[in-house]
Amino acid sequence: MNKEFLVYFIIACVKILLVFGVVQLMIISMIWLERKVMAHMQVRLGPMRVGPHGLLQPIADGIKLLFKEDIIPQKASKLLFILAPIMTVVPALITFAVIPFGDKVKILGYNVDLVITDINVGFLYVFAVSSLGIYGIVMAGWASNNKYSLLGGIRSSAQMISYELTLGLSLIGVVMLTESLSLVDVVNGQAKLWNIVLQPLGFFIYCTSAFAEVNRCPFDLPEAESELVAGYHTEYSSMKFATFFMAEYANMITVSAIAVTFFLGGWHGPFLPPVVWFMLKLSACLFFFIWVRSTYPRLRYDQLMNFGWKFLLPLSLFNILITGFIMILKG
Amino acid sequence: MEAYLFYIVATIAVITGVYLIFERNPVFSALFLIQTMVCIAVLYILLEAQFIAAVQIIVYAGAIMVLFLFVIMLLNLNIKEESKNALPFQRIPAVVMGIVLFAAICMIIKSKLLQGKHGEYTTAYVNSVGNTKLIGNLLFTDYLLPFEITSILLFVAAIGAIMLAKRKL
Repeated sequence: MNKEFLVYFIIACVKILLVFGVVQLMIISMIWLERKVMAHMQVRLGPMRVGPHGLLQPIADGIKLLFKEDIIPQKASKLLFILAPIMTVVPALITFAVIPFGDKVKILGYNVDLVITDINVGFLYVFAVSSLGIYGIVMAGWASNNKYSLLGGIRSSAQMISYELTLGLSLIGVVMLTESLSLVDVVNGQAKLWNIVLQPLGFFIYCTSAFAEVNRCPFDLPEAESELVAGYHTEYSSMKFATFFMAEYANMITVSAIAVTFFLGGWHGPFLPPVVWFMLKLSACLFFFIWVRSTYPRLRYDQLMNFGWKFLLPLSLFNILITGFIMILKG
Repeated sequence: MEAYLFYIVATIAVITGVYLIFERNPVFSALFLIQTMVCIAVLYILLEAQFIAAVQIIVYAGAIMVLFLFVIMLLNLNIKEESKNALPFQRIPAVVMGIVLFAAICMIIKSKLLQGKHGEYTTAYVNSVGNTKLIGNLLFTDYLLPFEITSILLFVAAIGAIMLAKRKL
């Protein structure tokens, strides 16, 4: 009993450390990749000086941010000002607790599931955690005691609240097909056919809402430089700014991982090992994020809200209706 | 193990609950309320009611409290004005009522009202079927009418809110 618990504990710790480490590495490489890919799409070279092809640029940036002076505005609410970046980055990272990144493997005679924990309300957990992510942004906006920050924070949270709804509803179709809220079951259900084939509309709605949810172009209004300076993190400097930066990329990786899990078959794929397939699909999703950013212009605020409430929301309800209808017809 | 966790989380919930009342700044009050709600969600998990725990966070901590916080931040309440608004004549009745409520709770806990016999939904049974599945099944079969009535109520409330906000539609 005791030994079993110890083994379980050690395996869980190793899995958590591994996943967190990989996500951190991905964040660092995403920063480099985004700058390079966007540069090449705009016929530039991007960072070239630090290391071969600017490969060490993120490390240089990190060191620079770490050694910069950390400024807290005099009239800011100090506690919340410090807490806000942490509150944004934590929800983005802990979503990974339920995302399966590989099949069962045998290590030293022990069966290890390649998912940190498989809970039977995994789907709800993802949304519970992501709905808490808003607080960091709201707090940052308010605690800075700066009207641009406040406006940015409010904009951002209004956007996140509106699009969280469609984000959740777009995945309901998949949950209906799988008949389970556990993410492991969702992946296992896609062994033969990826859900993107069965739920193309759901995938489209998910992608659109995901872009809005993580405040990325074309929905990056909270950071509209021409209107709001830099949005909710206007007053932030040094490592606190870097934490917000990290949170943005962590969020991107999270929503991509959910897209892979729910629509793109998770770790299923021929020839290559499951973990490699998962990483490949994740990278493809992340590349798509960068691609869209360098392609589309920014939307206006009223366009964003109208699009969310008057087009995407009815469409996602329609998708649920159609899915239910076809499921009943098929029996 | 579970008992220790319960005591830790319950203590945090009570402390944040007390801070929620005594905090002068409404924004901090709202944040403490969120913490209390998250603590309650943890208590639900300890009771093996994962579905309710998730819904507690999604609905209360995630949706309702964000709107609370929004309103408080946009109104930008003045802290000094706030403290004047306390109603002095409520103080004595409030203390009396508080004592009565506390005594009532103590009496109910001591009495045998809470020690009924176990129903058919034991923890083992709930876990074997699955939390969400069981609740879903019950909501759409035995408790369909209350469920529908509640949804109509919420719908009416939503329409009412829109009517109040937009007089001219």
